[in-house]
Order: sequence, then structure tokens, then C-alpha cells
Amino acid sequence: MAVTFSKQKTPIKEQDPQVRRSNFGEVCLGYTLEEGKIEAGRCLQCKTKPCVNGCPVKIDIPAFIKCIREDDMAGAAAIMDRYTNLPAVCGRVCPQESQCEGLCTVGKMKDYEPVSIGKLERLVADWKYAQKDLAPKAYEGEKKGRVAVVGSGPSSLTVAGDLAKMGYEVKIFEALHAAGGVLIYGIPEFRLPKKIVKMEIESMQKLGVDIETNVVVGKTITMQEIMIEYDACYIAVGAGAPHFQGVPGTTLNGVYSASEYLTRINLMHGYEFPKFDTPAKKAHKVVVIGGGNVAMDAARSAKRLGAEEVTVVYRRSLKELPARIEEYHHAVEEGIIFNWLTNPTEYVDNGEGKLKGVKVIKMELGEPDASGRRRPVPIEGSEYFIEADCAIEAIGQGANRVLLSTFPEMKLNKKGYIEADEKTGQTSVPGVFAGGDIVTGAATVILAMGAGKDAAVAIDKYITEKKAAK
Amino acid sequence: MFKIVSKQKLAPKEFDFWVEAPRIANHAKAGQFVVLRVNDNGERIPLTIADYNKEKGLIRLIFQVVGKTTATLSGLNVGDAIQDISGPLGTPSEVEKYGTVLMVGGGVGIAALYPIIKALKEAGNKVITILGGRTSSLVIMKEECKEYSDELIITTDDGSEGMKGVVTQAMEMLVKQRGEKIDRCWCIGPSIMMKFGTKAAKELGLPIWVSLNPLMVDGTGMCGCCRVTVDGKIFFACVDGPEFDGHKVNWDEFMNRLRQYKDEEKISMEKYEAEVGEPTWL
Repeated sequence: MAVTFSKQKTPIKEQDPQVRRSNFGEVCLGYTLEEGKIEAGRCLQCKTKPCVNGCPVKIDIPAFIKCIREDDMAGAAAIMDRYTNLPAVCGRVCPQESQCEGLCTVGKMKDYEPVSIGKLERLVADWKYAQKDLAPKAYEGEKKGRVAVVGSGPSSLTVAGDLAKMGYEVKIFEALHAAGGVLIYGIPEFRLPKKIVKMEIESMQKLGVDIETNVVVGKTITMQEIMIEYDACYIAVGAGAPHFQGVPGTTLNGVYSASEYLTRINLMHGYEFPKFDTPAKKAHKVVVIGGGNVAMDAARSAKRLGAEEVTVVYRRSLKELPARIEEYHHAVEEGIIFNWLTNPTEYVDNGEGKLKGVKVIKMELGEPDASGRRRPVPIEGSEYFIEADCAIEAIGQGANRVLLSTFPEMKLNKKGYIEADEKTGQTSVPGVFAGGDIVTGAATVILAMGAGKDAAVAIDKYITEKKAAK
Repeated sequence: MFKIVSKQKLAPKEFDFWVEAPRIANHAKAGQFVVLRVNDNGERIPLTIADYNKEKGLIRLIFQVVGKTTATLSGLNVGDAIQDISGPLGTPSEVEKYGTVLMVGGGVGIAALYPIIKALKEAGNKVITILGGRTSSLVIMKEECKEYSDELIITTDDGSEGMKGVVTQAMEMLVKQRGEKIDRCWCIGPSIMMKFGTKAAKELGLPIWVSLNPLMVDGTGMCGCCRVTVDGKIFFACVDGPEFDGHKVNWDEFMNRLRQYKDEEKISMEKYEAEVGEPTWL
């Protein structure tokens, strides 16, 4: 049979780069139902379903795409609900190119792009939230047990949603004043609108999940108290402690961690200062250090705050860039400048304790390091100066010690992350499970969700067996 | 929501609240703080826990109005609620039996010093306290500090109460003239006072602990806004502090970072006054 569908993905509407670079509205505007149906028509419904293997939560992708094709959006939503509690989030922030879409059979054909699975997932999720009568129903039978969840990011929301559906009483403790973790404080509005996160969380609450904010576990309540009160506990507090390279001038005014920069903007609405009280400094020239999604988010946010020039300084080259390729393309479209193979050596003082610019040095790639990537080595004598009144370090985060330092029973690995079983999330402490970035180090939303899914099954098994043994 | 159960004005622009926060009261220790947000559009600011009552589930917050957030907070009354309070945050004071401790406080920093005075007294130390201010009415919590101090010395710039002069002069008097042997010293107040208190302690050969109050956002080690250089290394005051060895703090850098948002603070305050009118209750 001859293939008659388009080689390219059905085009999706985006805000014009010239317009969006000065607003925080969402960049991607999503498919209409019509466009979605056309894109769904590109799926071969192949028997091997390689896309499903690429999905950390194993969504039955061909099945929901078939529903879209047949105008059965409710059916598509029902299929998705079986696998993910955060479809509107995943459709927006998953690195589909290296997961489902990376394995898509259509994409393997010469000159063909894969099916736009992520955008279809988003379409179904957004459709679902627009339907008032599709609210999830809370479990009504006798509760099977009580589970505490520490943190309210994607891993926690997944475990909480799954356990609530199974019939557990679930309580989430969140340290900040708003639930959602990195979805709220880290990922900017233009990539993931906060109203989408709020809808996903509300849908979780309708399932019966109870969320208490302003509780810093280890401080406001202890793990010991939690273990007395609950049958099991899931820890997914993320990798929240920002690293600094530690070059001279790191404490100058105008130098930020990306965590602070983005938290001010996202959680605290700094871009709406003075309507909101937390300011986000408006800078003229901004240098962002790093090459991950967080670096892209910081650079693009700086542009939107009004910076005339934003330069990303990355010590490796485009080929090694860890950011999603879509984010990189969006950044380029918005006028972000990239200085490859470059690393800062000093933040320079303007004489009044403020940043005047960044001294950087050119790098070359040497032998592969432990991560398998070629290690960047400075080229002697290649320093130059970039004028800047704001510098943002986005070079990664480590384990936050606030909870762990009060819970010495918990076994950690060499890097300070929690040691947990890969399949179940079981930690060295019976009844305590863990997942997400606090186990793996900074990774993706979907991997954290995958860990949550596995842990939900393991927690159910643990509590069921414990109760049966009594 | 965290309900205010009592409110008192201690001095011009200085207020004293007791607030319902049972979980925080249950775990609070001397030297710790909370981060609060007054309302939905509010910023997160750190305030020391000046006292706590585990049985009643209350914490005490004493603050000085320095900008929009504290002005808004001071406008709340008994029965009103603070939107968000998170805590107790930070590492508690190292309370041990040292022998004789010298406690130096000024301004609203006295509120941060008070729980440490209390804890050190209860741990069996001889406590000598110096409280200083511009004038008598600005030296707060005198009676309460006196209750847990073996000796209380007041200094005022204008001589309206106690010794005329500043706290460092009282420190010198104690050690040099009287020959008091001090085993450990705390100094909490405006940064300039802590800087000079530390300088005096150095000259007198005293170990001194200070409580730093940098700008913070989350207050749980997540953002690094509160980073300070101590002994040449970067620390986050919210989790590694707020107390540090004063001799090792880079004071000029600390004070520079406190000024980081001066312009925006002014914009906020002007907007507040345009909307609410001048806060006459201050």
C-alpha cells in the first residue's frame, strides 16, 4: 500500500518569535481537533509499537491516537488516564525526540518525520480539562492504608494519583506555598502555563489526594513522626540545591543561580513586579552559563524581561547540548546568542559590588570523561570579556540536605542522593520509598513520573503484605 | 492560613505578633526563623522566631517595618491571618554550658537574641546582656531579656537610658575595665552593628557568633539568594546559618548584597503608599 500522508509533522501554531520574546505567554499554541486528526492519521498503527517502549510510563500511544482519528476524544482521554496523571504537562515538557518519537516507525522511514506524539498527547489532555463532566471520581470504598508523600513535583503527583486511585488515603507535604515542585518554580510559563499545572493538581485533589503546603519535612515535621502516622512514605524532594562553579565574583550583585532566577520569575511572578512583590531584576546584557533546559529557560526568561542581549555560554558544543532540541531552536528564534566551547573564569566587579561582565575562556574537547562525553579543556591565553549586568549559572543542582540531614537512617550514595531500588523505589528504611531527582540526580519530569508509577505499585504491595501479616 | 492571636507595638515601626502555627511551635528552637508570605501577591521574607509556646501552638514574630511587606504585615490585626508561614528554618543556635556568655543586641535584632539568651540561661550559663539603641524607647524587650540575664546593660546613643554610647563601648568596659572572663559571645542587630561588634570582639579576644539576615526566597537551600562568604567559602545562610562565626564573615560583601534590590524596594513602597495611603499606625 502506498503511503499517502505527509512526510512532515502537521505544522503547529506557535507565537511569532518577535512577539513572544517580550511576553510570557505559551510559545506553542497546540493543535486544533482538525489538525490533531490529520496528525493522528500519520500513525501507522504498527503492531510493534516501538513508541510505547520509549515512554517511561508506557502509555498505549497507538491506542489513544486511534481514538483521536475516530473522533473519540473521551476514549483517548480514558486510555491516557490509565497511564499518566499529568498528560497536559508531559505533552509539553517531555523530550519526545529521544523517547516515543525517537522510536516511531514513521520516523524511521527515509525523509519522514515521526508522528507528533507529544503534541497529540497535549491535545487530548487540554480537551479533557475543557470538559466539565469528565472530573475524576474519588475512590469510595474503605481506605486501604495511609501514605505520606514528601514533595509535590511530578514524581510525587504520580505516586499520589495512582495510590489514591487504588484506594489509599494520600497526604502530600509541600515545603513551598504552592504545589507542583519544579513544574511551578522551575519551568517557565511560556513552556508550561501554571494554569495547566493547577488543573492537573486540582484533578489530583478530586481523586482525594490531600495537599498541605508550607511543610518542610525534617523541620516542620520529622520523618520519625511521619513513619508513626503513616503506613508508608514516598520521598521525592527533587534535586533542589543549586551548584555554583565557584569562580571569583560569584557573590557579586547581579550573579544568580538559575534556581533563584527562575524561582523569582515563576513561583513568585517576578515578571509581574510590582503587581507581585518579588522583583526580578531587569538587566540589559545577560550571560547564562550552562547548556541544559534550565539554561534555555533562564536565557529565554531574561529576554522576556527585556534584556537587549542574552548570551548562553556552554563549555561543550552544540552536539553535546543536553537541552531539548526544540528549546534550543526556540531560543535561537528568539535571538539568544550561543558561545560554544566557552567557560567563565571570573565575574568582574564594576567597583560598586555589581557585575560589570564575565571573563570567559575558550575550551576544546579532549578525552571522554566518566559520562562518556569529551571533556572540555581550557585553551591557554584565549580569555575574553563579555559585558553583562546579569549572569545566571545553570550548571546543575545537587541533593538538598534539609530532609536528609535529619534522617541519618537513610542510606545515600556517594553523590548524596538516596539509594533506592531501581524497580520499586524501596530505600534502606522499611516502608520508605523514594524516586525522582533525589534518587537519580537532576533528570526529566517523565523519568520522575516513571519512578512514581513503579513506586505506587511497590507501596501497594508493601502495605498489603504488611497488613496481611498482622 | 496562620491566625494572629495578639498584636502589640513595641516601639515606632516595631511590632510583636503571636501567631497560630502549631507544627512550627512544636519543633522551633532558639536561633531559627520562618519564611512568610503575607498574601497572595506577596514576597517571601525571613523573620526570626522570637519565642514559641508548644502547648498553645503559637510562635512569636517581632519585626521592624522596613518596606512594603513588613508595612502590610504591620497593618494586620488580631483575628487576621498570614497567608503562608514555613519553618522552623535554619540551624538552631549551639546551646551548651559555656560558662559566661555575653549577649549583645540592637534594634529588632534583640528579638532574635532573646530566645538564645533564654536557652543559654536555661543551659546553666552566666548570661551578661548588652542591649543598645539610639534612644531608650527604641531598646525593646528589656524586661524579658533581664529575666534571663544575670546582668543587663543598656546603652543609648543619646544617654536617655543606661550607658551613653554604643554597645561596643559596653563590651570593652566589661572585659577591659572589669576583667570579666567571657567564654562566648553573640551579637545580633543591624549589620553595621554586627560588623563593629565583631571588630570589638576581635580586639578583646572573644569568640563571637552573629545571626545573618540576608535576602531570601525559599529559605530551604533551594535558590542560593542568601549566599554569604564565611572563611572564604560560600554558604547558604538559610540552611548553613543563620548563625556564623562573626570573625569569618565577609561583612562588606554581606552588606552589599543586602542593598541589591534597593530601587525595587522603593518602587514597591511607593506603590503601597499610593494604594493604601501613608501607614499612620507606624
